[in-house]
Amino acid sequence: MLLFLFRRTALAVLVALTVLTFAFVLTRLAGDLAIVIAGPEARAEDVEAIRRAYGLDRPVVIQFFDWAWRAATGDFGESFFFRERVSTLIRQRLPVTLTLGVVGIGIALVVAIPLGILAALHENTWIDRAVGLVAMVGQALPSFWLALLLMLFFGLQLGWLPISGTGSWEHYVMPGIVLSFSAIPALMRLTRAGMIDAMSSDYIRTARAKGLSRSSIVLKHALRNAAMPVVSISAVQLGFMLGGSIVIETVFALHGIGFLAWESISKNDFPTVQAVVLLFAVIYIVLTLIADVANAVLDPRLRAS
Amino acid sequence: MSAARGTALLQVRNLRISFGSLAAVRGADLTIYRGETHCVVGESGCGKSVTALAVMGLLARNAVREADRLVFDGQDLLRLSESQLSRLRGDRMAMIFQEPMTSLNPAYTVGSQMAEVYRRHRGGSRAEALDRAEDLLAKCRVTSPRLRLGQYPHQLSGGLRQRVMIAMALMCDPELLVADEPTTALDVTVQAQILRLLMDLQRDLGLALMLITHDLGVVARMAHRVSVMYAGEVVESAPAEHLFGNPTHPYTRGLLACVPVPGKVRRDQPLGAIPGVVPRIGPRFEGCAFRDRCGQARPDCARTVAWQANGEHGYRCVLPPDWTGPASLAA
Ligand SMILES: Nc1ncnc2c1ncn2[C@@H]1O[C@H](COP(=O)(O)OP(=O)(O)OP(=O)(O)O)[C@@H](O)[C@H]1O
Ligand code: SF4
Ligand SMILES: [Mg+2]
Repeated sequence: MLLFLFRRTALAVLVALTVLTFAFVLTRLAGDLAIVIAGPEARAEDVEAIRRAYGLDRPVVIQFFDWAWRAATGDFGESFFFRERVSTLIRQRLPVTLTLGVVGIGIALVVAIPLGILAALHENTWIDRAVGLVAMVGQALPSFWLALLLMLFFGLQLGWLPISGTGSWEHYVMPGIVLSFSAIPALMRLTRAGMIDAMSSDYIRTARAKGLSRSSIVLKHALRNAAMPVVSISAVQLGFMLGGSIVIETVFALHGIGFLAWESISKNDFPTVQAVVLLFAVIYIVLTLIADVANAVLDPRLRAS
Repeated sequence: MSAARGTALLQVRNLRISFGSLAAVRGADLTIYRGETHCVVGESGCGKSVTALAVMGLLARNAVREADRLVFDGQDLLRLSESQLSRLRGDRMAMIFQEPMTSLNPAYTVGSQMAEVYRRHRGGSRAEALDRAEDLLAKCRVTSPRLRLGQYPHQLSGGLRQRVMIAMALMCDPELLVADEPTTALDVTVQAQILRLLMDLQRDLGLALMLITHDLGVVARMAHRVSVMYAGEVVESAPAEHLFGNPTHPYTRGLLACVPVPGKVRRDQPLGAIPGVVPRIGPRFEGCAFRDRCGQARPDCARTVAWQANGEHGYRCVLPPDWTGPASLAA
């Protein structure tokens, strides 16, 4: 298990370094940074001054290591638009997005796994089809439309939930629900497929031959084995949620990373965009690592290989 | 042993199992006595496994099971609910399967899977259950049993996994052990060891053992009683010495044709040396299913054929017990 952990972590670090390199190369591909920063009306001397000020006159390799070192220590420089350190911006916004993502995936799992199990246990019956239909409809709903619908009903009509801002946990309920809708169909189908597979396996026949209770057969023996792909996809889905929460953060006026990304892109705020891209990549890598470790905990065969 | 050897433990009468339009078992009778090994033989697809699964209540959901009688130790299994039945399974009747590689849950240790069945039926602490598991692994000739308890199935060989399955089946001291071709998937040398083990356990624990096999050598060495199945029916059933000494149904004679002396059969003698194929049997099939391959077939074989019993030896054929002639068409 220790060796497994070590190898997976080393792999994750390697991927992170690659991403770092790519992020750097991408910014250089965008053209001469000094000209971009100085703006279209700048004079040649200004550009030259900026080039020196930002260290862009040094050899590229030096620039890369300097930038990479700073990025690795969380220093992305200053935002052009917000007039603040990018690291401060991220520190303020990240908790909002993370909370939103965790709430979203949490709701998705709590809904999708029981539904998937239910559909699997009643494979090819009306229950299975009804569950499938609900998932399909859920997937077809555009999230901004669903968001507006929820806001109208629970926010304005009933007045149960706040419709914008981040003041309390209630602020995360509706955005979390909307976010979860995108993940529920995939997670549900995966749970269903995994459970159907597991329930027809030889070890479930053994579990039945042992006279175990229905709940032990389904939850202890089948779900444990069906859970592995669900864990992997949950990590991917959480990644999507964190990265793709721009629409929802905008609709609900949640000032998270997604909102920040949207603002900085529309304002050509270079350092911030770069930092956000890098941040998402790192989040992805960490999530994959977590999923791998979780799977190894679930499946002893993975630990050995 | 709660009751003497030789009293009926399991009685199956007119068992029918169908999968849609396929009649997999058509009126099978079977009586298994306490403390006896009852071998069930027959060609692939004749319904041995589904019969065993029907007894255990483990048939797939698409199977329809009907019977006139299905009685285990005086209890009518047909009237038990699934949860009442699950109280018997693993406790008083246990089953092991043909596929040791996949029959254990890959996610749990041997110890936890063995302890679980004991605690389900007998309660008690985990430590107690693990002690019992260790004893049984030792009894099943597993080396370093304490160590095995902490291992996962993938760390064990096929033979070892089958020993674990056997030990697990014995956790609650069952009266009936159903073994469906328990050695088919194993190496020849391991097969012999596992069969030896089953034989010794059957004798030492006084188990009623329902052993499904393709191997007539195994039958000759282990069986007290034999039932021969063909196309979803039991066509002949008798104490082993009667069956080998005086096989009556043409199908049984065909099977034994290359077995000259009872008790001196060649090991690993395959079944199915009879020319022709088993017909697919629909729900409306009538008459003897063997008639396309039978050298003695007559017009009345196409009508319902009665079971003829002579003491403990019975068979389903129109011929008298002492008929002579070729058993199969291409003999
Ligand atoms: N779940 C199922 N669905 C449909 N048909 C089935 C199912 N299980 C078994 N059958 C059919 O029932 C018949 C009897 O099968 P069974 O497995 O009992 O044969 P068997 O005598 O055990 O053969 P083998 O020696 O190959 O194990 C076969 O025709 C098989 O195809
Ligand atoms: S003689 Fe008739 S009943 Fe007997 S096995 Fe042959 S076909 Fe069947
Ligand atoms: Mg079989």
